Amino acid sequence: MSDFTSDGWSFYIAIVTLVSIIACGALLYALGRVRVTRTEGGEPVETTGHVWDGDLVEYNNPLPRWWMWLFYATIVFALAYLVLYPGLGKAPGALGWTSTGAYSTEVRDFDAKTASLYAHFLDQDTKAVAADPGARAIGERLFLNYCAQCHGSDAGGSKGFPNLADADWLYGGDPERIRESIANGRNGIMPAFGSFLGADGVRNVAAYVRSLSGLPADDVRAQVGKRVFAENCAACHGADAKGNPALGAPNLTDQTWLYGSTEAVIAETISRGRGEASVVSRMPAHKDRLDDGKIKLLAAYVWALLNVK
Amino acid sequence: MEKLADHPQPRAPAVSRHASPRRVIPIQPTSDEAALYEIRRKIHPRAVHGWFAGWRVALVCATQMAFYGLAWLPWNGRQAVLFDLAARKFYLFGAVFWPQDVIYLAVLLIVAALSLFLFTALAGRLWCGYACPQTVYTEIFMWIERRIEGDRLARLRLDGAPLSPRKFLLRTAKHGAWLAVALWTGYTFVGYFTPIRELGAAALARQLGAWEAFWILFYAAATYGNAGWLREQVCKYMCPYARFQGVMFDQDTLVITYDRARGEPRGGRAKSVVPGAKGLGDCVDCGICVQVCPTGIDIRDGLQYDCIGCAACIDACDQVMDKMGYARGLIRYTTQTALEQGLGRAAIWKRTLRPRTLIYAAVLVAVTAAGAASLATRNPLRVDVIRDRGALAREAAPGRIENVYRVQIMNTDEAVRRYTIAASGLTGIEVVGVAQPVEVDAASTRLLALRLQAPVDAGSANAPAAGPHRVELTVRAIDDDSVVRHEPSTFIVPR
Repeated sequence: MSDFTSDGWSFYIAIVTLVSIIACGALLYALGRVRVTRTEGGEPVETTGHVWDGDLVEYNNPLPRWWMWLFYATIVFALAYLVLYPGLGKAPGALGWTSTGAYSTEVRDFDAKTASLYAHFLDQDTKAVAADPGARAIGERLFLNYCAQCHGSDAGGSKGFPNLADADWLYGGDPERIRESIANGRNGIMPAFGSFLGADGVRNVAAYVRSLSGLPADDVRAQVGKRVFAENCAACHGADAKGNPALGAPNLTDQTWLYGSTEAVIAETISRGRGEASVVSRMPAHKDRLDDGKIKLLAAYVWALLNVK
Repeated sequence: MEKLADHPQPRAPAVSRHASPRRVIPIQPTSDEAALYEIRRKIHPRAVHGWFAGWRVALVCATQMAFYGLAWLPWNGRQAVLFDLAARKFYLFGAVFWPQDVIYLAVLLIVAALSLFLFTALAGRLWCGYACPQTVYTEIFMWIERRIEGDRLARLRLDGAPLSPRKFLLRTAKHGAWLAVALWTGYTFVGYFTPIRELGAAALARQLGAWEAFWILFYAAATYGNAGWLREQVCKYMCPYARFQGVMFDQDTLVITYDRARGEPRGGRAKSVVPGAKGLGDCVDCGICVQVCPTGIDIRDGLQYDCIGCAACIDACDQVMDKMGYARGLIRYTTQTALEQGLGRAAIWKRTLRPRTLIYAAVLVAVTAAGAASLATRNPLRVDVIRDRGALAREAAPGRIENVYRVQIMNTDEAVRRYTIAASGLTGIEVVGVAQPVEVDAASTRLLALRLQAPVDAGSANAPAAGPHRVELTVRAIDDDSVVRHEPSTFIVPR
């Protein structure tokens, strides 16, 4: 219950409910005992004798008596329901039924139904699972449900979200590493160098980074930037700038750009960093949301995107 | 509540069933006071033969042969009529309907409603009297009852008799037969939702699913209860149609009517009395019209909402008139205008062509034709295109922008089909990331993630501006150019 409602409302609702039911019962009882005139002085009387607006009268077309018992049955049903199920204000009901409980039961039943299917896949090597078209079809549906919001329906990624269908991997592309990424998440951090390097230093490094993958860059700045890079960046990205999968440091010599390849974007990445102050570049852990079977199928599906044709 | 003065249906103006001093089967209690609820008296309609009874038997047989039989009809290796709720596919002979085809259900319901309006305007409650399942199953159950317990008098006597071995045996036989028919009805009904042969095999092996068993028993109980016990009470107290039929009648609607002018004053007489003699009308007050009535009313009180239009009283009265040597038709199908103005048959028939019926018929024909035409030209291919909302766009290669889409291809045909997917709307736009042609299994769905790529060369004059662009995806069956869908979507060029 919300913090803003007092228990008084619960009693109020319970009382309104019970009084209404009792009133229905009393009305039924009273109507069951009503007798209306059938004949008067030998003349038939077809109406109940009620007159509204001067000329509006009501025919007496009696309902069958069992119909009245049906009405009583609805009252009995209502009372039994209110005892068994939560209905009277906050009263929990004798059966202890809750909507969240019903939901968890359904999820548990469904998981129990699919458990044998997933157990079959859990016993197999991920590469063997990836070779199974049926498993890939399940994986695709799981991917569309859980991953496509960020990585795209085609797993092609978008700005800040890696492309999973290409050969370039931040944290390694073998099945076990992919499984780890899904289960435990990844938290890639590129620190901000802006205040340390200064605007000019940032531009120099950006020019050098562009030159690494053959993009047009200012040669002079690139030469200066190379030295700065060796001192400040090589620790993570490597002396050859080919990255380090253990840290998730990207390879800077290829054509893959997580945030963009223009000098302005690279300079922004260097000066302001990535992932430190925002959730971007953080892959959330899924081990608490998905069971091992689903994670394995997802890993197999992602691995298969590149490796199974 | 009804306004007496404006009551749309004529009720007995002069002679009322309550005041009738003559000896008739008491239908209402005769006490001076009445409750708002009354104990229902069981009605034992007397068997009736004749023209209308024959029609009813024919219609009962026709509808039930269709209902019990169709479920067993095979079609292309499957059941001809099957509503597969779990798979959301509805098979009707050669056609497979998907939930997206719900418009045809709407058309069917509109056609049914218009037919109801038309037939009711023409000749009253034809549906109630001949085709309504309540009437049909009651008719079947009453036939069983008659075969086992005998006709009206025998049944009345049996009701009054104390329990004896014979009564016990007859009752057991009757209810046993009723239950058998009811169970078969429930089984057949569920057989339209689960393949009926598999259902039968499962039932024999005692492996029925819980829901299947429940629905078989539910429909069996409903049939048994409605046709065996409730009968006319369904029409009188539950059916809304009985109540709103009044607005569909007009002065020229054919309704079952007692010809008061000809019949009154009613009275018993010897067979030799000629019509008009002794100051009596043609009604011999034999009460047979009341005895045959399945809702227990006296048609001589005038048109009543309880009258389901079964015309049993017409058949019964005609036979009495034949025996008396009087003209038939003391109770007959006629219209209010005809009674008031003394119109003949030809004039009544002529008045069936009036604006109300002509408009109903025209709209009915138009809707039916439109529905049939739409069904005949139905496209077996459906396509849904959903653009990925997570990302606006991405750069596939320098100068090439791509957007991601989920494309759902639904092949409602009962054959495997292969399709090509093309895009248009932007210069140089093309579909990538999907192997063409795309094969989709018979009556199934395939979801594809695909990309549209377009060159966005900033230097070129005809480069698309930044922002959203209308594009169109065209999915076409490779073996049939007429099976094609054009689906619009949006392509976003980033700044």
